[in-house]
Amino acid sequence: MSEDNPTDQGWFAGVEPGDIDAGVTAIQEGSASTVQDWPARAVESGFAADESEYYERLHETTVAASRRAVTQREGADDQQLIHSIRALDDCQRLANELTERVAEWAGSRDSEATVDSEYIEKLAAREPTDPIDERLVSLASRIVGLRREVQEIRTLVEQTAQSVAPNLTAMAGPELTARLIALAGGLAELARKPAGTIQVLGAEDALFAHLRGGAPSPKHGVIFTHEYVRGTAPADRGSAARALSGKLAIAARIDHYSGEYRPEIEAELEERIERIRARDES
Amino acid sequence: MSLPEGVQRREIDGDEGLATRGEPVYGEPTEDGWRRWDRSRSKLAVLLGRDVETGLNAESTVLYLGAASGTTVSHVADVAGPTYAVEFAPRPMRDLVGVAEARPNLFPLLKDARTPERYAHVVEPVDLIVQDVAIRGQGEVAVANKQFLRADGRLVLAIKARSEDVTRDPDEVFDDVLETIEAEYEIRYTDGLEPFHEDHLGVVAEPK
Repeated sequence: MSEDNPTDQGWFAGVEPGDIDAGVTAIQEGSASTVQDWPARAVESGFAADESEYYERLHETTVAASRRAVTQREGADDQQLIHSIRALDDCQRLANELTERVAEWAGSRDSEATVDSEYIEKLAAREPTDPIDERLVSLASRIVGLRREVQEIRTLVEQTAQSVAPNLTAMAGPELTARLIALAGGLAELARKPAGTIQVLGAEDALFAHLRGGAPSPKHGVIFTHEYVRGTAPADRGSAARALSGKLAIAARIDHYSGEYRPEIEAELEERIERIRARDES
Repeated sequence: MSLPEGVQRREIDGDEGLATRGEPVYGEPTEDGWRRWDRSRSKLAVLLGRDVETGLNAESTVLYLGAASGTTVSHVADVAGPTYAVEFAPRPMRDLVGVAEARPNLFPLLKDARTPERYAHVVEPVDLIVQDVAIRGQGEVAVANKQFLRADGRLVLAIKARSEDVTRDPDEVFDDVLETIEAEYEIRYTDGLEPFHEDHLGVVAEPK
């Protein structure tokens, strides 16, 4: 029952009734070249006494198979990386929004208030003096907690990115690596994307505005956060983005298909970026 | 034409609309064991609301392609017989498993509708295929899955123009997809699903 070699047998062939594990494997990995009246065949073969017993077993097994497949797929490390980077972004956004709110509120009572984490930390450590102060101090301590959580998640992202995609992480850093994988939907999906797509990942709005006509084509998407793009003169950023995305595409493929770390691509990229940046000086 | 047995127009929470009997799934309003089948969340409900003959009834065996979190397929399983729900993405499948647990006639399958041989060892011949897959190649999916449809069965399909090509005119996309389907099916009904679902075409077809 391999996928290359479909048979004319149902998922229950060779499965003992009640052996959920074997049934789950057959449903996940099996295949058939023809559609047949499986309930009737199952009753004929003795897998079930009647059709209603067959459907009962089918229900139990398909639910178990789907649940297991979901756990396996979501337990895959690149999927965990995607969840982590999204949680990181959420925590950061919440902390920023709350900081502004608290600073604005505190500013109405305290002329010294500033919109920064230093002030929030001071506020969180303060002894509240009245009911309003109590809320302010409580909110501030939650912001401090969120920022601590951001640090914890960032550490997790760094570890996971390193093990999921060592070449990408070496070239792009753990956060950008995680973002690229998240935008593509997984490492395998990223590895199948052409460099030109990776170059504009995260700039979909601009890209489709361009495809509809009128707007200029975007030069870069989320890879803008990379120093090689941002640190290059605006006129040459398109070239830098193209060079970087080309090497990122190669890195993603090595990470997905081999998983070994190969420092030489990074060196090639460095050389290429230096040449692009030298154009200005000449 | 009347509604299938098991689907009724009922007033729930002061609004009249379609409803089926079953365990609530997505926070829909309920009353006396009936739960609202929300047209803005289900393309099949739009067609049923227009009294389009879909072939859905208490005896029908159903293959549902693109079941997502199970919003529509839960109503289908409330009404129909054995219902096979194919969904490709793990995240919605997590919800779909929960929906299936409370419905003994609903069988969830984490499979790709583009490769039917990977579930042909599980799915039996069916009376009704409901297809709502948001991927490129929706016509090809309908053709590839025709093998599951009985000779007197029906295909009910929601074509999503944006999944084929976001930059093209939806009507051109619909024509292309219909042309692909017509190789294997007779088209019985087509109409837009506005205002409930933008840029979607509802199609009912029978196998040739």
